[in-house]
Amino acid sequence: MTSEPSSVPQKSSLHDPVINDFSITVGTRNGSGSATSNLTLLRALFRMGIPISGKNLFPSNIQGQPTWFTIRISKDGYLARTEKPEIVVAMNTDCFVQDVKSIIPGGVLFYDQDINLPIDRKDIVCYPMPVKQLVKGMDVPSNLRSYAANMVYVGVMAQILSIDLQKIYQAIDFHFKGKKTAVDLNYGVANASAIWASENLQKGDPYRVEPMDKTKDYILAEGNTAAALGSLYGGVQFVSWYPITPASTIPEELNYYLPMLRKDPVSGKYTCVVVQAEDELGAIGMAAGAGWAGLRAMTSTSGPGISLMAEFTGLAYYTETPIVIWNVARVGPSTGMPTRTAQGDVTFTYFLGHGDTDAIILFPKDPNECFEFGWKAFDYAERYQTPVFVMSDLDLGMQYWMTEPFKYPDTPMDRGKILWEEDLERLKDEWGRYKDVDNDGIPYRTLPGNRHPNAAWLARGTGHNEYAKYTESAEKWEEVMDRIKKKFETAREQIPLPKIDIMDNGSPIGLICYGTTWMAVEETRHILRDQHNIKTDYLRILATPFSKQICEFIQQHERVYIVELNRDGQMRQLLTMEYPKLATRLASLCHADGLSMSTEWLLRAFLKKEAE
Amino acid sequence: MSNEVNQIGLSKADYRGAVSTLCQGCGHNSIANQIVSVAYELNLHPEDIIKFSGIGCSSKCPTYFLGRSFGFNGLHGRMPPVATGALFGDTRLKGLGMSGDGDTASIGMGHFKHINRRNPNLVYIVANNGVYGLTKGQFSATAERGLTLKRQGVNPYMPIDICTEALISGASFVARSFAGDAKQLKSLLKGAFSHKGLAVLDIISPCVTFNNDESSVHSYDWAKTHQTLLHDISYIQHFEEIMIEDDFLPGMVKEVSLHDGSVIVLKKLERDYDPTNLVEAHRLMAEASDQNFMLTGLIYLNPEQPTLTDIYDMPEDTPFNRMTEDRLRPAAETMDKINKLMF
Repeated sequence: MTSEPSSVPQKSSLHDPVINDFSITVGTRNGSGSATSNLTLLRALFRMGIPISGKNLFPSNIQGQPTWFTIRISKDGYLARTEKPEIVVAMNTDCFVQDVKSIIPGGVLFYDQDINLPIDRKDIVCYPMPVKQLVKGMDVPSNLRSYAANMVYVGVMAQILSIDLQKIYQAIDFHFKGKKTAVDLNYGVANASAIWASENLQKGDPYRVEPMDKTKDYILAEGNTAAALGSLYGGVQFVSWYPITPASTIPEELNYYLPMLRKDPVSGKYTCVVVQAEDELGAIGMAAGAGWAGLRAMTSTSGPGISLMAEFTGLAYYTETPIVIWNVARVGPSTGMPTRTAQGDVTFTYFLGHGDTDAIILFPKDPNECFEFGWKAFDYAERYQTPVFVMSDLDLGMQYWMTEPFKYPDTPMDRGKILWEEDLERLKDEWGRYKDVDNDGIPYRTLPGNRHPNAAWLARGTGHNEYAKYTESAEKWEEVMDRIKKKFETAREQIPLPKIDIMDNGSPIGLICYGTTWMAVEETRHILRDQHNIKTDYLRILATPFSKQICEFIQQHERVYIVELNRDGQMRQLLTMEYPKLATRLASLCHADGLSMSTEWLLRAFLKKEAE
Repeated sequence: MSNEVNQIGLSKADYRGAVSTLCQGCGHNSIANQIVSVAYELNLHPEDIIKFSGIGCSSKCPTYFLGRSFGFNGLHGRMPPVATGALFGDTRLKGLGMSGDGDTASIGMGHFKHINRRNPNLVYIVANNGVYGLTKGQFSATAERGLTLKRQGVNPYMPIDICTEALISGASFVARSFAGDAKQLKSLLKGAFSHKGLAVLDIISPCVTFNNDESSVHSYDWAKTHQTLLHDISYIQHFEEIMIEDDFLPGMVKEVSLHDGSVIVLKKLERDYDPTNLVEAHRLMAEASDQNFMLTGLIYLNPEQPTLTDIYDMPEDTPFNRMTEDRLRPAAETMDKINKLMF
């Protein structure tokens, strides 16, 4: 192996090391195989026991466009996005200038030395990498060269930042499922690159990692994988879907794990059916049919698909049909930015459907909760006989998260109020599909295939009475609609309650968030306490309809900031409507630029609002 | 009312529904009556049928037949996906979808095309009258070019042929009939019920209120004068003996066996026609369109095409919607294994 002598600037910042507290952004081309390398780095660091988060910023494109992967390494376990990387790996000519510019002063640049562009930064440490040469020296088949090229930076960084090569090997071995040729090839390049770096580069920067023991109680997972697994453990029987970024990996992962988890012990066949529909109308329509027929049915989509699902959501609401609908949100309106994240569908989903409606919406915060809500959503859908939405987002669904291991369901399946032949026999003629016999608003239902002569009923989106018969009666219409409303009152305190954290003896300031913004919120609260001497209390919403605890929390605080990733403060709008008398206490800390919320932004926004 | 019962001890009344609220003379009422008769004569348990419909005059019909069957009257054009999902609930059940030309050939065209690809176990009736009734007389997508309607003027667009669309999309059973031809309709309905898979039945069913002028191709008069029978069709249940009159020569009769053992007997009229030949079916549809005659009969049949539930190979010992937690929730010990994969 040959290489030019390196031109590493000699800086003596080594005596002021930065350990396990920095972030790395890797700029590559999409479709070049860099995902493997980036995941390898992420997994190796995780295996070293260091808390990490990984965020892939990718274009809506198949191949050739710039893509970035940011790894945040945080000894304190903060996982929110950071705005400026300490370290940049520049592998793509097209975004080289921009990538170099993004590095913080005192930061580090690893770059492919074949990129012939000037580096006009004197305040950073630069490590050129002879990528082509290293790969050439490795006897890599020509069709795999671009993939192998990305392993060069893995090896070089391992050497310079002290990433354990053993862990790199484990990560590669896991990724290629032990396939020897692939493992040997990829690790071979990484290892050779590390050796090259040790012989040719001199450490000139203060950043490095050290093993910790902070990840042993965690797993690494994407939210969509967790959603698929949670659904499988929830006994999902029917999945219909239409491809859309960033939701497609839910059914894809479901298909992947189906043979492992849902082979029927009796027949050896699968106990879940996955149908790719013609469009989102078809997808939710099939799920509605299956849910009505007594199957645990779900569909998954994103904003444009949710728009199309409005009609069926209204039908399911009024016919009282259980369906689980995952909305993995991306940036709208319209096609928007399909590969970027937002919490922009909150009000739309909450009011989805024409006429008066209510919605049970669950807001998971991480893959662990995606798993939990994955199975619980079916219990709620069947118990309350209504569509249940689970609001994820691209950041949660498609990024790798360090998260607590999935916990096996701790309650038996709740199939809700279903009557079979023997139940109807016992009830004689007293059954009516939409009668509120238990005074909780929830009626009893029968399912197709029930052969009792009284079992059948015709579900209809048209006006109906308590026996599901067609009617245009003013009284009956109102009676049924009021009874449906009652179900949601019943649900209010039975679905996941908010999580509340009061700091010390409490504060006049409250922060409310939901879903993925908790990462920025929790870190910001600590910074406010430690660096600004500002205490804050905190409530995370897990579901709608709102629990009364949310109202109490707002009442207990002078001012409450609702933190969210949308332009208009959609959750604040809902809270304002729910608690009009408390509205003046509510303020938004919200914005939507397609990126997950950074701690820096939230801190700035909070301090600015407080100064007003 | 007669006290007659069929072989499973049910009377006609057990197959009826609520009193129709459609117009007097509406073709749809004839179809509804035929469905009652056919289910009775085939000794079907009403509990073994699930009805589905969309929105429109046709889609109101399921209320008027099979009152002891479950049903789902859903959204305009979206009967196919609801039926597709629901039929997985208990695969022993037969679906009966009732749609119209607006429901199927306009707003629901996408779903219609795709349900043909999937072949669920569903009789899919299109009560086709060329006009929107409930919204008071607008052109539907099956209305012929040049049709004049009172408040709409002249239809400028080409019509869609439902049978042709079904054929192109891979349907396994395609037939056309006329609500005024009780004998043929009954035989085709019976064949459709016996077919394993999707049976598309395009039934010309005149709208007496908005589109029954003798010059309109969806009118009673036009149908009566232009109906061209593809064959003389009769349906023989599996327990009946096939009786062919003596004057039919060999080669004049074609028998097609269905999955439940029943047989469709087609007696030759003017043309030689083999409804199991897809290429021939396409050619014939093109000819009918070109020469402007209303071809009725069994246009295409493939009894061997795998159904949607065949494709998914589901457990058969217990209906899917009666399956309990022990078969639906993975065992607790799998959790640890799954968590170990999360890296």
